[in-house]
Amino acid sequence: MPKELSLTEIMEILEEYKVVTLEDVTIEGDVEIELGTAISPVMIQALLQQLQSAKELREKELELVDARFEVSKAEWNGKIEEVTIGATAADGGTRSNTVTIGGEKALPFYNFDNPMPNPPVISVDCFDMPIPLAKAVRVHYQDVMEDPGEWAKKNVREFGADMVTIHLISTDPMIKDTPAREAAKTVEEVLQAVKVPIVIGGSGNPDKDPVVLEAAAEAAAGERCLIASANLNMDYERIAKAAKANGHVVLSWTQLDINAQKTLNRYLFKLGTPREDIVIDPTTAALGYGLDYAFTNIERMRISALKGDSDLAFPISCGVTNAWGAREAWMKNSPIKEDSDWGPAAYRGPLYEIITGLTLAIAGGDMFMMMHPEASAAVKKITQTLFGAITEGDNLNAEDWVTWKA
Amino acid sequence: MKLSSPMDVWKYLPGTNCRECGEKTCLAFASLLLDRKRSLNECPLLSDPKYADKGKKLQELLAPEVREVKIGVGDNARVIGGEDVLHRHELTFFNRTALIYDVWDTMDEDDLRNRVRGIADWRKFYVGEFLKLDGIAIRAISGDPQQYRACVKSVSEETDLPLVLCSFDPEMLEVGLKEVSDRNPLLYAANESNWRELLGIAKQYRVPVTLSSADLDMLTRLALTFSQAGLEDLVLDPVTYPTGEGLKGAFERFIKLRRAAISDGNRAIAYPLLAVPMTAWMVHDDALYASYWEAMMACLFIIRYADIMIMHSIEPHALITERTLVDNIYTDPRRPVSVEPGIREIGNPNPESPLFVTTNFALTYYTVESDIASNKIDSYLMVVDTEGLGVEAAVAGGQLTADMIKDTLETYEADKRVKHKTMVIPGLAARISGETEDVTGWTVLVGPRDSGRIPGWMEDNWPPEKAAGNI
Repeated sequence: MPKELSLTEIMEILEEYKVVTLEDVTIEGDVEIELGTAISPVMIQALLQQLQSAKELREKELELVDARFEVSKAEWNGKIEEVTIGATAADGGTRSNTVTIGGEKALPFYNFDNPMPNPPVISVDCFDMPIPLAKAVRVHYQDVMEDPGEWAKKNVREFGADMVTIHLISTDPMIKDTPAREAAKTVEEVLQAVKVPIVIGGSGNPDKDPVVLEAAAEAAAGERCLIASANLNMDYERIAKAAKANGHVVLSWTQLDINAQKTLNRYLFKLGTPREDIVIDPTTAALGYGLDYAFTNIERMRISALKGDSDLAFPISCGVTNAWGAREAWMKNSPIKEDSDWGPAAYRGPLYEIITGLTLAIAGGDMFMMMHPEASAAVKKITQTLFGAITEGDNLNAEDWVTWKA
Repeated sequence: MKLSSPMDVWKYLPGTNCRECGEKTCLAFASLLLDRKRSLNECPLLSDPKYADKGKKLQELLAPEVREVKIGVGDNARVIGGEDVLHRHELTFFNRTALIYDVWDTMDEDDLRNRVRGIADWRKFYVGEFLKLDGIAIRAISGDPQQYRACVKSVSEETDLPLVLCSFDPEMLEVGLKEVSDRNPLLYAANESNWRELLGIAKQYRVPVTLSSADLDMLTRLALTFSQAGLEDLVLDPVTYPTGEGLKGAFERFIKLRRAAISDGNRAIAYPLLAVPMTAWMVHDDALYASYWEAMMACLFIIRYADIMIMHSIEPHALITERTLVDNIYTDPRRPVSVEPGIREIGNPNPESPLFVTTNFALTYYTVESDIASNKIDSYLMVVDTEGLGVEAAVAGGQLTADMIKDTLETYEADKRVKHKTMVIPGLAARISGETEDVTGWTVLVGPRDSGRIPGWMEDNWPPEKAAGNI
């Protein structure tokens, strides 16, 4: 039996074959075709069949256009400095391994332009005193908050930290005003507790930090720590000199300002800080709270560096723990009455940290200071995947998601 | 677009400075055309035969590098694609990534309708507006055309959002399409084996269609074949694998396709791109981890060039992060970072109302403003010029100091607004409270660390006698 044709199909066929009129054929109702006398039902049936098979034949003949996909390769002049943090016994330190970041000649994970030499690394935060933390983070640390050494150990043993950051926050005169000498002891404690390279952070007090970080740098001489940080509104010279005298790397920190970053870096060059001893921190803002500025600031710096601006050609560190400043990361319910339900804060917080970190990894971040163990593990896994270190994939048929059953 | 300066655009305009478009000069209009803030049809003279040739040429030259494709109809329709740059700071990204969430045809009818309503009604307040989601993907998994058609019908009754019909079986797509042919849904997808049938369907129903292949040569061939058949409303799916080399390869394909379109001017593949982060669910059994992995994949492709993406989790944590990130990446970077300093009235304040202090970082300002306004707290909001930095950064960087607060109080004559000479500073600025009292002579109350907690804080601390009583 021949295929039934709808009225539209008949009209389309007629139109396609430029049949302007079918004489003596009138069309009524739905698809009733009443035939006149000049043309017999058999004839029109035959005609339509012929047209239909011609159409089918033509579609079968339609073949894919032959073509190839071509794309240009990005050619950059610049190269990001390669910076090593930590020193083993061979280099006068006591670390069991070192961590190397930077060295890129292309945008992050653009391995087809130029293979990324070093994967991003994660440094997990600890503090020299118990601090207020979002509940989802606190549960992981409440047993070690009184003891920076134990805290650092937990970061490495349980949470797989590549590095540990010790924040000497109690030294702030507005907090505990812990003397620099005591802070230096905390640093020694942490160096004893873990064998990974460490980052030494101050309290953020511009008057006290130079004194504290100088003492810490002396106590950690030869360990090639990252000293965090030098910035424009403090005595950065004292920090840069202490770092140089004791063989450390300096973190050059500015606030979402590309020109300020260039200025501070140039001051460090003038003070004799070797290029391979500089990491920059252009400031991390949380998802929803300025992440767009932080992303673009970092992406612009990285692109400028690759284009040849050597003032900016340094590995980038990101303080991803800042993500917890977003109220969506910790607040129980939305303060805005018209919002849809926010769901459990315990699920939101780690994801805010993850997305903040991953966004900046794509912008150009090389090193991520993080806190929530699942967040740091997730960022590590996906960046390692894009880097090319995790090659095993699941053997999937790409089309199956359409019929995947929940 | 092919033009880069207002003068280049101006050459194609009438040059009469007739002001019909509302601008004083053709050059001013040219500059706005370049920024895509005005469109060509706003120049009435260009429809005059005298200028028609120039107008047509200008239209071509101003066209974005990546073609725009519209999905859906009416107010909810979404235009995707239309991008002109690889990095947002080079201009801006224009049409934000459309976030589409899935339903499937084996769902129980009530579950289906609830899920659709959940997606369609979801909203989150952010910087002065409510963020919403963009559409529904309807997956055919039953294998039964009538069941699929019924599912499409239920979804279309429940929402006006744009729809994506998902199947590799042409019969299934056509039967679904019959139900919503007037809704301009996106078809997913034509591939190497079914493209002839899909080409016929897309042509007959005049709907946008997705072309799918992880092989970029094949994807190019499909795109050229469809466009030569007169179909230009195309979306390309370079296939999103969720893990390992597969994910790495997918990330690279998106970048290569967009670079070829924008940097190399390769028109053959200059179409919107589609990603499927929901493939994460095929490899992760734990639901929370799967939703995290899906959100991470969404993050990669929101930043690197997906114009539309299909996802599975509609849990609040996933929706809030994904939709906020889309907003952050697609926000126009030319938008000012800061608001004007000064003293704003929220509601109907009187001399007894509280005076809150905040920074002039736009995000901080709008957050505080909406928290106070949404909770109907009549008050003054004093905005200090912190050079566009938020509270924490401004305190650390010395842009929010006792002296700055004093200057702002004086410049905007705060003492003429309130009688109590009391200000409420942000909790994150607590460390400058003492110095601010010394420098200004005002009483300084330290507010909550988050402005969302101002209502609760008010109960315990306002009027100031209450706070004093508490001590």
